[in-house]
Amino acid sequence: MRILRAIFGHGSGRIGGVIVGIYLLIAILGLLGLTPHNPITQYRIDRLHPPSAAYWMGTDLFGRDVASRLMAGIGQSFTVAFFSVAFAALAGTILGLAAAWLGRRWDGVVMRVMDVLLAFPAILLALLIVTVAGPGTWTSVIAIGIVYTPIFTRVVRGPALSLKAREFVDAARTFGSSSSYIVTRHLLLNLVAPLTVQVTLALAWALLTEAGLSFLGLGTQPPAASLGLMLSDSRNLMETAPWLMIFPGLTIMISILGFNLLGDALRDILDPRMRRAPA
Amino acid sequence: MTPLLSVHDLRVGFGRNPQANEVVRGVSFDLADGETLAIVGESGSGKSVTALSINRLIDFGGGRITGGAMTLKRADGSLVDLMTATEAQLTGIRGAEIGMIFQEPMTSLNPVLTIGSQIEESFRLHRGLTGRQAIAAAKDALDRVRIPDAARRLKYTPNQLSGGMLQRVMIAIALACNPRLLIADEPTTALDVTVQAQIMALLAELKRETGMSVIFITHDIGLVAGIADRVMVMQNGQAVEQGELNQILDRPQHPYTQHLLHAVPHFANGSNARVDGQRDKGAAEEPALEVNGLVVRFPLKSNFFSRATGAVHAVDGVDFDLMPGETLAIVGESGSGKSTTAKAVLGLVRSTRGSFSVGTRKTAAGHSAKPVQMVFQNPYASLNPRLTIESILAEPVIATGGRVNAETLARMASLLERVGLPRNSLERYPHEFSGGQRQRLCIARALMLNPSVVVLDEAVSALDVSVQAKVLELLVDLQREFGLAYLFISHDMAVVERIAHRIAVIYAGQIVEIGDAASVLSKPRHSYTKKLISAVPTIERRREHFELDTRQVPSLVRPRGFEPAPARWETFGGDHLARVEG
Amino acid sequence: MNYLMRRLATFPLVLLGVSILVFVAIRLVPGDSITAMLGTEAGLLTPAQRESLAAYFGIDQPWFVQYWRWIGGILHGNFGISVTYGRPVLDVILERFPLTLELAVLSMIIALAVGMPAGIYAATHSEKPSDLGVRIVAMVGQSTPSFVLGLLIIYTLSAGFGVLPAMGEFAPLWQDPLRNLSQLILPAITLGFAFAASVTRISRSAMLDVLGDDYVRTARSKGASARSVIWRHALPNALIPVVTLSGIEFGYLLGGAVIVEQIYALPGLGRMVLDAILQRDYALVQGAVLFIAFNFMIVNLLVDLAYVALDPRIRLGEQ
Repeated sequence: MRILRAIFGHGSGRIGGVIVGIYLLIAILGLLGLTPHNPITQYRIDRLHPPSAAYWMGTDLFGRDVASRLMAGIGQSFTVAFFSVAFAALAGTILGLAAAWLGRRWDGVVMRVMDVLLAFPAILLALLIVTVAGPGTWTSVIAIGIVYTPIFTRVVRGPALSLKAREFVDAARTFGSSSSYIVTRHLLLNLVAPLTVQVTLALAWALLTEAGLSFLGLGTQPPAASLGLMLSDSRNLMETAPWLMIFPGLTIMISILGFNLLGDALRDILDPRMRRAPA
Repeated sequence: MTPLLSVHDLRVGFGRNPQANEVVRGVSFDLADGETLAIVGESGSGKSVTALSINRLIDFGGGRITGGAMTLKRADGSLVDLMTATEAQLTGIRGAEIGMIFQEPMTSLNPVLTIGSQIEESFRLHRGLTGRQAIAAAKDALDRVRIPDAARRLKYTPNQLSGGMLQRVMIAIALACNPRLLIADEPTTALDVTVQAQIMALLAELKRETGMSVIFITHDIGLVAGIADRVMVMQNGQAVEQGELNQILDRPQHPYTQHLLHAVPHFANGSNARVDGQRDKGAAEEPALEVNGLVVRFPLKSNFFSRATGAVHAVDGVDFDLMPGETLAIVGESGSGKSTTAKAVLGLVRSTRGSFSVGTRKTAAGHSAKPVQMVFQNPYASLNPRLTIESILAEPVIATGGRVNAETLARMASLLERVGLPRNSLERYPHEFSGGQRQRLCIARALMLNPSVVVLDEAVSALDVSVQAKVLELLVDLQREFGLAYLFISHDMAVVERIAHRIAVIYAGQIVEIGDAASVLSKPRHSYTKKLISAVPTIERRREHFELDTRQVPSLVRPRGFEPAPARWETFGGDHLARVEG
Repeated sequence: MNYLMRRLATFPLVLLGVSILVFVAIRLVPGDSITAMLGTEAGLLTPAQRESLAAYFGIDQPWFVQYWRWIGGILHGNFGISVTYGRPVLDVILERFPLTLELAVLSMIIALAVGMPAGIYAATHSEKPSDLGVRIVAMVGQSTPSFVLGLLIIYTLSAGFGVLPAMGEFAPLWQDPLRNLSQLILPAITLGFAFAASVTRISRSAMLDVLGDDYVRTARSKGASARSVIWRHALPNALIPVVTLSGIEFGYLLGGAVIVEQIYALPGLGRMVLDAILQRDYALVQGAVLFIAFNFMIVNLLVDLAYVALDPRIRLGEQ
C-alpha cells in the first residue's frame, strides 16, 4: 500500500503505473476473449477497412478486426513476458544466492556458466533456442527466460555478496543462525527492492523480445494474434493500410514505455542510495 | 586593522525552501591575519556548512546562503564581498586566496588522475605555469609536505598511497599557491591517531612558515588545544560560544561547551582509569575467556594457479585472559590486527593456530548456549533494515533453538528498558532510531543469550562524542549488573581510559604491552605505546608541537614459512608486561 | 591477482563453454543429423547411403569425439559446408560479416555521438526544463523497438516524400563509400536509436553521480572553472559506466542487426542467420552463432582493456 502511494507520488511512476494498469486490464480482457469482435474471425467483405465505429482500428487483409487482435495480442505478449520473467527471476535468484553464499568454487562455476550465456547477443541466444525447440509460445517463454537468467543472477549476486559482508550477517553468525535463516532473512529480504526494479525493467525487455521474435516469425505462430506478427504482416500494406502498422507499433511502444517508467520510479523509490543514512 | 575574513550573521539553508530549512542560523566571527580559529561541534551542528559557505562551495552542494555578510581581504588589500562575488571572481579566489582540505583524503582526490597532475593544476590555474615549470613546482609542493621521494610519487595515482600520505597531498594542493586562508574540515578524522599527530604537526609547521590564517573544523575539542588561537563552539546551526582558547577551555560559559569539555571522554594519561572491579590477586578464579597463541594468517597467491607464496600475518601470536566482570581493551591502529583478533575469538575468521577456552561459570543472569557475543562498530550496518526490532532481538533465541514465547518477549521488554529504549520499540524498524539508540539495540541483542563475554569492536567509535559518553556509562552499568567480561577493541585512547581495567597494546599483529590500565597509560614502557600515547590530543597540552615522525608501519606480508621470534617479556610491577625490543 | 590477467585466463574457458553450448544445441534439434544436415533431400537416401554418410561425417561416433573433430576443424578454419549455399560456411560468413560489422559500428558511433553530449548537457542542466526534455526523449527512445522505428521511418519516407530508402544492390564501403553510407545510414539510425537513448540516460546519471563526488569538490576548491570541472575531472570518471554499457550494447547491436537487416533487406550476417534457421541449414547456424559470439567476446575484452586504461584502480589489481 505504501509502495503504491509512493509510485503515485512520483511523476513518471504515476504515468507508468497508469499505463501498466490499463495494459493489464486489456491483457485480461484479451485473454478472456472479451474483445469487440472475434480476433480470428475473417469478415471477408470488410477487408482492409479503415478505422471506423464498427472497427475502431480498422481491419486487416483477411478482414479481421485490428482492435480485437491487438487485445488478444497484448494478452499473448503479456503472458509470455510474465512467465519468462518469472522463470528468469526465480532461476537467477536461486543461482545468484547460491553463488554468493556458497562462494569459492560454486561461485566460480555458476558465474562462468552465466558468462557463457552472456557471451551470446541476447536475440541470437533466443534464436538459437528457438531453432532447437521450434517456434511457439512456450519456446518463447523458455528462450526469453534463459536469456534473462544471467542478468538476474548478476543482479542478485552482487548485492548478496555485499550484504554477506555486512555486520548484521556477522552478528547472525555469532548467534549461530542457520544458513537458511541468514540467506532468507538477511540476504533475500534485503534483495526484494532491487529485484522488484529488475523485474519491472525485465518485463519491458521481455515484451520487446517477444515482439521481436514474433516479428521474425519465430515467436507466436499464426493464426493466433501477436503484436510482432501484426507488424510484420503490415509491411507490404504500409501505404494502403497504414493503420495496420501504426496501431500495433504504438501499442508495443507504449507498453514498453509504461514498464520502463514504472521501473525507473521504483528504482528512485526503493534504491537505498537515494536514502543515504545520516552521516 | 581590517580582519582577513569577516562573517556576519551567516545563514545557510537547504532544499526547495532554504529559509525554512536553515542549517546555519546566524553565525558571526572575524578572523585576523595569521590567526587560527577552531570551529567545534558535533555532526549536524552546521560547522562544515559554515566552512563550505566561506568559499561558496556550498552553492554546488545543494545549499543556499539565505542571509548575512561575508567580506574577505584580498592579497592586494582590497575587500571583496563573498556574498555577491561572481563565479568568475570566486574561481580566482578559490585555491589562490582560500585553500581547503577535507575529511576523507581517500575520496577527495580524483582517482583517475596522477597526484602530480592534480597538484600542477593549481599552479596552472593561478600561476600560469605549464610543462616543466609546473612539474617542478608540483615536486616542490610535495617536498614541502615532507613526502619522501617526491619526484617519483608525482606519477602515482591516489590508490597507490595511504590515507595519511593522501592528506599530505591534499595539503600540498591546498597550499600550492600560498593562500592566506586555509580551511581544514575535519582533516584528521579519518586517520589513525599517530598519523593524525603527524598531520597536525605538519599543519603547525606550515602555518609558522607561511603565516597563513587557518579555520580548523573538528568534533574533537581535545584536538583544538594543540592548534587554535580562538575557538567557536557550534550547536544546531548557531555559535553558542566563542572566545580565546584558554578562556573557552578553562572557563567555559555555555552549558553545551561545559558538556563537551566534561561529559565527553578526554584522555588524561591514566588518571581517569577505572578503579572499580580490579583483579583480585588472591582469588584463583577461572577466567571468562582465555586465548593462547592465537595466529591468523591470510595466504597470498601471486596468481591463479600457483601455491601461496606468502601470507599476511594479521595476528601473530596473541595471548591474554579475561576475568569475569573485567574489561580488557585491545588498543591499536588500523591494520594492527585488533579487529581480526576479535573476529577470531568469535569464529568469524578462521584462526590458523591457537586455542580459546571460554569459562563455564554461570553469569548473574544464568547459563548461556553462546557465551561470547559481539557488538559491532557500525550501528547502521549491524541491524538488518528490513526486520522489526522484535525479529532482530528474537534472532539469537531462534538461532540457539529457542522459541519466541511470552518469556522471550518479557526478556526483550526488560532488556530494552534496561538499555534505555522506549517500550514500543519492538514493532519498529531500525531506521526509526538514531545511531546511539541503534547501538543500544545491538547491546540488547548481544545480551539476549546471557553471555559471559561481550566483544565490543569499536562499539562507540561511530557515535557522536556526547552519545559516546552515555553508551560507555551504560556499558559500565551493565557490566556491574550482569558480571559481564568485555573485550573492548578500540583505537581511541580516551574511550579506552573510561572503560578498561586492563589494556593490551597491539602492533603489527602482536601484543607489545599489556597490563593494568592506569599503569599502562601513565607509565608506558614500549616505544610504540609511548608513541601512541604521545599522539593523543588532550586539552591539557596547549599549543604543544607534535613531533614529525614519518616512520611507516612495517609490512605484515611475510614469506612462506616465516615464524616470528618468540616474545621476551619484561615485567614492570604487578602484571604490567612489555615486549623486549630490539 | 591482476584484473586483466584474470580476465584473460577465463576467456578460453568461456569460449570453450560457448562452443560446447552451440554444439550441443544443434545436436538437440529433433530428428536425425543427416536429415538436419541435408534437409528434405535426406528423404532420397537409401539406408546404406545414410550409414556411409554417417560414417563419413563421424556421426556414428560418441558426441565428445564428434565435438573434438568439429572444434578441431574450426581451429583450422573449417566450419563445415553450408547446404543452402553449397559453399564452406566460413566463406559465406566472411562475405556477409563486413556489412553487419559496419552497421553495428556505425550505430554505435551515432549512439555515442548523440547520447553522450545529450547526457552531459542534461546533467549540467539538471532539473531545468531542457533536462526534462532530454529525459523524456531518452525515455521514449529507449522504449522504441527497432522494428517499430524502422517501419515508421520507411512509412514516413514513402508516404510523406514518396521515396524509398536506398536499396537495390548493396555497395561495399571500399567500392562506393557514398552509396554505401546512404544505404546504411537509416538502418544505423534505426538500430542505434534506442542505444543512443540508453547512452544519454547512463551518461546523465553517471555525470550527476560524479559531480557529487568529493574530488569534484576538491577541484572546485582549487579554483577550477565549471568547464574544467566537467571535462577534466568529472568526465573521465563518468565515462567508466558508459564504456561498460557500450560493451554490453554491442551485443544488442549484433543481435538487433537480425531485425534491422530484415526490415531494410540488407544482405548481412543477421539476415543470413535468420534465413539459415528458416532453411534448417544447421552447419551455417552453428558457425554463424559461434562466430558472432566470438566477436562479441572480443569486443567485451576490448571494453575491459579500455576500462583498465581509464581506471587505475582496476589496472593495479584491486577488486
